[in-house]
Amino acid sequence: MTDQAYNFAYLDEQTKRMIRRAILKGIAVPGYQVPFASREMPMPYGWGTGGVQVTAACLVPEDRLKVIDQGADDTTNAVSIRRFFQRTAGVATTEATAEATVIQTRHRIPETPLKAGQILVYQVPIPEPLRFLEPRETETRKMHELEEYGLMHVKLYEDIARHGQIATSYAYPVKVEGRYVMDPSPIPKFDNPKLGNSPAIQLFGAGREQRIYALPPFTEVVSLDFDDHPFTASKAPHDCDLCGATDSYLDEVITDDTGGRMFVCSDTDFCAGRRAKGHRGRLSGEGVAPSPHPSPTRREGCARHESVAQGAGTEGAA
Amino acid sequence: MIRIENLSKSFTLHNQGGAVIPVMAGAALSVGPGECVGLTGQSGAGKSTLMRMVYGNYLAAGGRLMVGDLDVATAEPRQIIALRRQTLGYVSQFLRVVPRVPTLEVVAEPLLALGTPADQARARAASLLRRLNIPERLWPLSPTTFSGGEQQRVNIARGFAHAYPALLLDEPTASLDAANREVVLSLIEEAKARGAAILGIFHDEAARARVCDRLVDVTGFTPKAAA
Amino acid sequence: MTLMERMTMTDQPLLRVEGLTKRYGQRIGCADVSFDLYPGEVLGIVGESGSGKSTLLSCLAGHQRPDLGRIAYDGRDVLEMSETERRRLSRTDWAYVHQNPRDGLRMGVSAGGNVGERLMAVGARHYGEIRGKAADWLGRVEIAADRIDDRPSAFSGGMQQRLQIARNLVTGPRLVFMDEPTGGLDVSVQARLLDLLRGLVRDLGLSVIIVTHDLAVVRLLAHRLMVMKSGRVVEQGLTDQVLDDPQHAYTQLLVSSVLQV
Repeated sequence: MTDQAYNFAYLDEQTKRMIRRAILKGIAVPGYQVPFASREMPMPYGWGTGGVQVTAACLVPEDRLKVIDQGADDTTNAVSIRRFFQRTAGVATTEATAEATVIQTRHRIPETPLKAGQILVYQVPIPEPLRFLEPRETETRKMHELEEYGLMHVKLYEDIARHGQIATSYAYPVKVEGRYVMDPSPIPKFDNPKLGNSPAIQLFGAGREQRIYALPPFTEVVSLDFDDHPFTASKAPHDCDLCGATDSYLDEVITDDTGGRMFVCSDTDFCAGRRAKGHRGRLSGEGVAPSPHPSPTRREGCARHESVAQGAGTEGAA
Repeated sequence: MIRIENLSKSFTLHNQGGAVIPVMAGAALSVGPGECVGLTGQSGAGKSTLMRMVYGNYLAAGGRLMVGDLDVATAEPRQIIALRRQTLGYVSQFLRVVPRVPTLEVVAEPLLALGTPADQARARAASLLRRLNIPERLWPLSPTTFSGGEQQRVNIARGFAHAYPALLLDEPTASLDAANREVVLSLIEEAKARGAAILGIFHDEAARARVCDRLVDVTGFTPKAAA
Repeated sequence: MTLMERMTMTDQPLLRVEGLTKRYGQRIGCADVSFDLYPGEVLGIVGESGSGKSTLLSCLAGHQRPDLGRIAYDGRDVLEMSETERRRLSRTDWAYVHQNPRDGLRMGVSAGGNVGERLMAVGARHYGEIRGKAADWLGRVEIAADRIDDRPSAFSGGMQQRLQIARNLVTGPRLVFMDEPTGGLDVSVQARLLDLLRGLVRDLGLSVIIVTHDLAVVRLLAHRLMVMKSGRVVEQGLTDQVLDDPQHAYTQLLVSSVLQV
């Protein structure tokens, strides 16, 4: 079904070579932001143009592609990017994490452990972790060069001073191989421990900011913290209402206008897989939720998912 | 302790056509430990100029100016700073302090600069202020708001806070009442008793007669050509 | 370490500057400046706008590279250091107090975070200890403890300047550069700041290079004075000696131009 008007995977071969060089450099210097000549893509910035370009540069015809948006395979963003590559590259697609060779993701790492040979491509809105406190790009590059990362802890200090704890719940900064401080893209900090020591290759693409960075397999990744406020990979204190999983990252879903709510796995493939094996959650037998994710629109246009996912703020409201 | 030989001084007024005004030549005197020497001479004869040169405030044009082992005429600024901190005290006629600093701190500062623990320094300052009849309610206030006589007494307390081996006193009893004048004179006598070498200017003849062991008339140091 | 200990411990200058020259094309920024600064000493640099005093300060602090000359800090050649070393020095052993506190503070970060940044930059990783030190330093510069989580934008100009000083001194620097630290402040606020600086210099045995056009400030703060005109040092010496018995024509003019109050 490849659309013959386009080169394989949309980008021309020279562009893909340029991006591959950036990727290789990123893998050689883990956590370092490599500039690349980001192209105009047939989708708006903020919809994953960086991730799409990295994916396009990685794809070969034999690949099996999975695309997720905040863990779900069936949301608009995930569906359109998957269709884009079906059309322009003709590659096979899948929703099963274990079967995919390339996974493009926005804001999550799949629950199913990744394995050697897989590539996880992250969509990154703001690659610079120091941007929050130092707006000058010249200065942040100098700070990376000279390993001046005190500022990163100032951000965490401000969190504790204001909220009594490190309230940063997504895009939680990490230090890679004891060298570069890196923004892991807006994944929940629950996913941070999965960044390190993974058998898969992890690539990060920021289209608007024109940066690519990478974690080669089995890289040491440490979440920044204080001795007396250690990093914790928190999640909502619930089990999945559909599959009963106790250890997966959950989305909170409002089910009616009278305060009804349910918690479901944000990773749809993981949740469906568990239910197929017979696991059941609190609401799965009662027909309350005919669709596993009753309101897919809740994620649209949401650059940061703090408004829907569990952060310090929403937990207290329960 | 203080030994002056063949000291000379002139001012060059660059902004008035570079006029050079010689004000002192061939000055010589010495002050031993425990001795008080009074400078005399008419107003404008150069008493204050000589005092300021000893303190390093005015540059000498020539000659030797020994205070202890240091020749102030040729010393580096940092040597003079150390000299002033440890060896040479100066009670001038005017109080010059950072505004808004409490009187007690002003008096204790020379001791604090020497590394004396703050409580000891303040205790010494308090006893001097009490002796010089500065009411305790004024201690937390800055002396910049005080009357002339009160400022003068604060200045004296500050000058006597540390037991300097050498002291310069410029009119220490001016504008003081009889009781405070008596306190200042006994402070001078106590300083002499502990071995301080004192060089002073006293217009008050009775005071001069009481504390000075010798007098030196600076009129003899006026350059002949200047007349 | 008290001042006396520092002064008696070493007879070596902390900073030795030789023949420092900076040109902007044909124009002279500063030319052939040499001096030694010893531990515990405060050196004032005065001169009118354009006299080169700010150029000199920024060369000394490593913000600009001089064309000629040598700067030795504690026996080490500053200009030969790598940038990493120099920047490490400038956030541990050195401090720089800007005239405008906005240039020296992070306005979007709380007072405590501003003071704590230098600690975190040198590896402090215990929140409680960082906060404790920040609170201690706010106290030392007379900022109330309950303002620790407020941003500097909520502070008055004088408080901002005191916060900048606390932020700079928290890592116990030995050499502090100050560029018109009392400029732009009300007279009454200036006095308080001067008193604070004097106390800190004395108690911490700091060496300070302070650039100002305010002769009253240097008289009260500086041990030694350097007078600059057209990029060159025209006179230097003991502060009160330079002010009371100026030798150079320009210094005489400068001193006689001050309004008496």
